[in-house]
Amino acid sequence: MLLEPSLTVSAVLFTLGVAGVLLRRNAIVIFMCVELMLNAVNLTFVALAQQLGVAGQIFVFFVMAVAAAEAAVGLAILLAIYRHRQTLNLQNINLLKG
Amino acid sequence: MAPTLIIFWGFAGLAVVSALACITRRSPVASALWLVATLFALAALFVLLDAQFIAVLQVLVYAGAIMVLFLFVIMLLNLGRAGPSDLKGPVGLGVGVLLAGLMLVQLLALRHGGPAPALALAPGPMARAAAEQGMVPAVARPLFSTYLVPFEITSVLLLAALVGAVVLAKRKL
Repeated sequence: MLLEPSLTVSAVLFTLGVAGVLLRRNAIVIFMCVELMLNAVNLTFVALAQQLGVAGQIFVFFVMAVAAAEAAVGLAILLAIYRHRQTLNLQNINLLKG
Repeated sequence: MAPTLIIFWGFAGLAVVSALACITRRSPVASALWLVATLFALAALFVLLDAQFIAVLQVLVYAGAIMVLFLFVIMLLNLGRAGPSDLKGPVGLGVGVLLAGLMLVQLLALRHGGPAPALALAPGPMARAAAEQGMVPAVARPLFSTYLVPFEITSVLLLAALVGAVVLAKRKL
């Protein structure tokens, strides 16, 4: 009964995360939008777990663990970038541009 | 409309509105705080979907730990004040909104595709398991039996992330 509303909300949240990644230039905000997408997927897992058993909730655990690891390493990378370039605006971080 | 459904849509609306604010606020601190609001609303949705333990974890781990880490880094880099807008130019904005809209249409088309009736267990397997074994054991038993190997691999992943973060963030080892 709550499955379809949950999938709808999850789709909207995931799209907002994608839009944030596509529209913003601040690396930290883009990172937060990635977290938003992960959470939208978590909502899908939990909604399906309500009908299909506990496996979906277990997967949410693993998504959270990976998100924590990703946040720690990603923020360390951002710190290192900021120390070199004094900015987190992706427009100014273009070393790989030919 | 059932009261559960009204509460569900209330929190769902809160989550969507705060997510929208999160991606449009200029200051990273405001963005982070709106994201915390989204995470809290999502935790409420988890409770409505028979995932009470996951909801607690969501508040403790996501809102409590990960977002505090984000705020620490924002403060550390002194990005707290709202600078000039970092939204992309008109072309980038148009393309981004177009692509996001396309994605929304595709995802919404999938929302009717619930599990096949043959796959679904008896109604409310999670609610039943929580009533029989208790809220935490219902999740913890399979985590430490069926999913033991992925669980142990996760610990290695976290160790690698720990070492990696220290190596990356330290000025000199």
